[in-house]
Amino acid sequence: MVFVLRRVLQSLLVVLVMSLVVFVGVHLVGDPVHILISDDMTQAEIDRFIEKLGLDRPVHEQYLHFLANAARGDLGNSFVHGEPALKLILERMPATLELALAAFVLAIAVGIPLGMYAGLRPESPASRAIMAGSILGFSLPTFWVGLMLIMVFAVMLGWLPSTGRGEFLTWDGLRHLALPAINLALFKMALVTRLARAGTREAALQDYVRFARAKGLSPARVVRVHVLKNILIPVVTVLGLELGGLIAFSVVTETVFAWPGMGKLLIDSIQRLDRPVVVAYLVITVVMFVVINLVVDLLYAALDPRVRLSEARA
Amino acid sequence: MNACRSLLAVLALAFAGAAAAQELRIGLASEPTSMDPHYHNLSPNNSLLSHVFESLVDQDERQRLQPGLAESWKAIDDTTWEFKLRRGVKFHDGTPFTADDVLFSFERAPNVEGSPASFGIYSRGKTLVKVDDHTLHIKTAAPYPLMPNDVSQIFIVSRKHATGAKTPDFNSGKAAIGTGAFRYVEYTPGNRIILQRNDGYWGARPQWARVVFRGIKSAPSRVAALLAGDVDLIEQVPATDMERLRKDPKLAIAQIVSNRIMYLHLDHWRDDSPFVKGKDGAPIKNPLRDQRVRAAISKAIDRDAIVSRVMEGMAIKAGQLLPEGFFGVSSKLQPVAQDAAGAKQLLAAAGVPNGFRLTIHAPNDRYPNDAKIAEAVGQMLSRIGIDTEVVTMTSGVFFREASSGGPDKSPKFSFILAGWGSGTGETSSPLKSLLATFNREKGMGGANRGRYSNPEVDKLIDQALATVDDARRQDLLARAAEVAIEDVGIIPLHYVVNTWAMRRGFSYKARADEYTLAGGVSRAN
Repeated sequence: MVFVLRRVLQSLLVVLVMSLVVFVGVHLVGDPVHILISDDMTQAEIDRFIEKLGLDRPVHEQYLHFLANAARGDLGNSFVHGEPALKLILERMPATLELALAAFVLAIAVGIPLGMYAGLRPESPASRAIMAGSILGFSLPTFWVGLMLIMVFAVMLGWLPSTGRGEFLTWDGLRHLALPAINLALFKMALVTRLARAGTREAALQDYVRFARAKGLSPARVVRVHVLKNILIPVVTVLGLELGGLIAFSVVTETVFAWPGMGKLLIDSIQRLDRPVVVAYLVITVVMFVVINLVVDLLYAALDPRVRLSEARA
Repeated sequence: MNACRSLLAVLALAFAGAAAAQELRIGLASEPTSMDPHYHNLSPNNSLLSHVFESLVDQDERQRLQPGLAESWKAIDDTTWEFKLRRGVKFHDGTPFTADDVLFSFERAPNVEGSPASFGIYSRGKTLVKVDDHTLHIKTAAPYPLMPNDVSQIFIVSRKHATGAKTPDFNSGKAAIGTGAFRYVEYTPGNRIILQRNDGYWGARPQWARVVFRGIKSAPSRVAALLAGDVDLIEQVPATDMERLRKDPKLAIAQIVSNRIMYLHLDHWRDDSPFVKGKDGAPIKNPLRDQRVRAAISKAIDRDAIVSRVMEGMAIKAGQLLPEGFFGVSSKLQPVAQDAAGAKQLLAAAGVPNGFRLTIHAPNDRYPNDAKIAEAVGQMLSRIGIDTEVVTMTSGVFFREASSGGPDKSPKFSFILAGWGSGTGETSSPLKSLLATFNREKGMGGANRGRYSNPEVDKLIDQALATVDDARRQDLLARAAEVAIEDVGIIPLHYVVNTWAMRRGFSYKARADEYTLAGGVSRAN
């Protein structure tokens, strides 16, 4: 309990510092006013708008004003849409969660078996192919892969829709989900494959695995119980952090596939210097990372009993 | 492969056929920011909302004024315009449209909370008087010839539903009740907007029972969505894909020259201009204030090359503020031809035979190929001895600095590339904003980032803006443009061409104002 409380206090501090950095950063980048206004407006009219947004006041005053409102749960209204920033973000969260989780499941479902296979039979041609493929997965730019997926599966073959999102959990929805999920999963898949392979190779040489074999357990059981369980710890750690990244920064994939998620909102808001949305977005992101890290720590304890002991001693 | 693909296509059509014949799917480059027609005076908003809402006066594809919710209008004295409203028009909920709705809309338009670009510029200074349910007088303090143009910019909302309604009420559809050819069905920001045909519409019945607009901001994805058949029509075709799309037998293209001029603005007002230096880097007296130097710069530019190479043919070279056919255009002004020798002579005559150093500033994410145009201009000027450095930046920074980044909120740069689209579709808009002497109180020269000032031009603009007679106003505007352009107040480069691409069998009545309207899309059966 103390552990959780300490975490919450730490994250509040992070949120505070981060909001300050973003606030000042966006302020330095440029002026949203000149992006939002229409060409025909007179200077008097522009001044009136600046005043209404409070952009004529010094930035520290604006920040304090923001903090005072934030303490009451109001993260401000979007300059562009005139609606609460929080509402805009939460509206788009389901789309992003759907995409991120699909990519996440895909990365694990494909990455772990491939990595374990490559780890158990490091010399076979198939393993070499898997490892070469994982290098491609790492190094090809997401943007390019996304467009290639669209070109091949939507334009040339016509199997799947090119862009957009369908209804959640319908056949049409799944068809729309397929390409962006693969695109987003590719990098993580490569990552999981390599982690699983390294872990498997290490575990395969451990004494407990040899003993298990010597005891006459079936190879399948050795792999499932003795190897798999032990490689999961590093995989869970990394994936925990990566899941946060998947949710918060699937910007490129969402843009290429016109997926109506938070990432697209973030990039649009940055381009229009819509400060309330950018700040609110990053505040939510920090909170989310903190929660995920907490869950990872708890999962650790579940997977590895030694963690609980050290925690108790500290 | 081909046979396989056509088989698939046939199958797909068989399934989708019934619905697809009546449904139109459009891929938008920029989504509207709201469904409130008075919230944000921005092209994507106005374009989409004109499906649901209408104004008293309509603009056709070349921005010529047409009867809308008003059947006719005329100036009955110097300061009063009379509008005769269309009878028998009903809002989507069945309530009849009357003068009260117009009064209400003009009252609401300038007063929307949080509006980033208010419609106040069109409604201010006008007093509306209801004569009867279908007659309206609009009065101004001074003669005001642009009344019908201004009126065409204000959408009429239903007084019954919009009273007390805020922007979110329009976004949710509760208050989004207009008289337009389509009704609001769904608005999911960042995803799609769905409209449905208004069967009680007073005008021509649209071919489409249902229209789905989807925002696909990334240009290659938008093109791919069209190629994949996921949308029927896309706007803002990227220049790089033009060649390929033109050759594709499954697609068709629609183009029209737009109301947007791309131009160069020069520092007319400072003797010591911050981004002009001598060849040796030492400060010099600003040569841009000399008309001959400005003319030399204009002559150094190869507009044909910019149009064909940089814009890939998606532009038309410009000699004035709006292309031929728009109101207020001069028949005398032609694009300046490239003449390097002549340019050098002019520089010599102005006392800078060897040229000088100059920095051109431009946005890199606002207009089609903006950064590339600036680079091309830089190279062309370097050829006549003006060593030009090119600096481009994101538009949020560019416009702030270019408008008010200097001391006392003065323009910061010496030489910039920018664009101007005429919402009113006639030349008083660019004249007033780009070439009239900057005057905050009068609202003149709002985008005059070179601080050009010529009393003769000012006088002609003032006269034109007080002349209700169309023929005389046309002459005054044309003369103002002639004087300003011959004095090289700005250097026109080209007019942007608007491009749409669509599946074969569809056609689109291309529009100068960049609007993408479902009513303009038809399909040969």
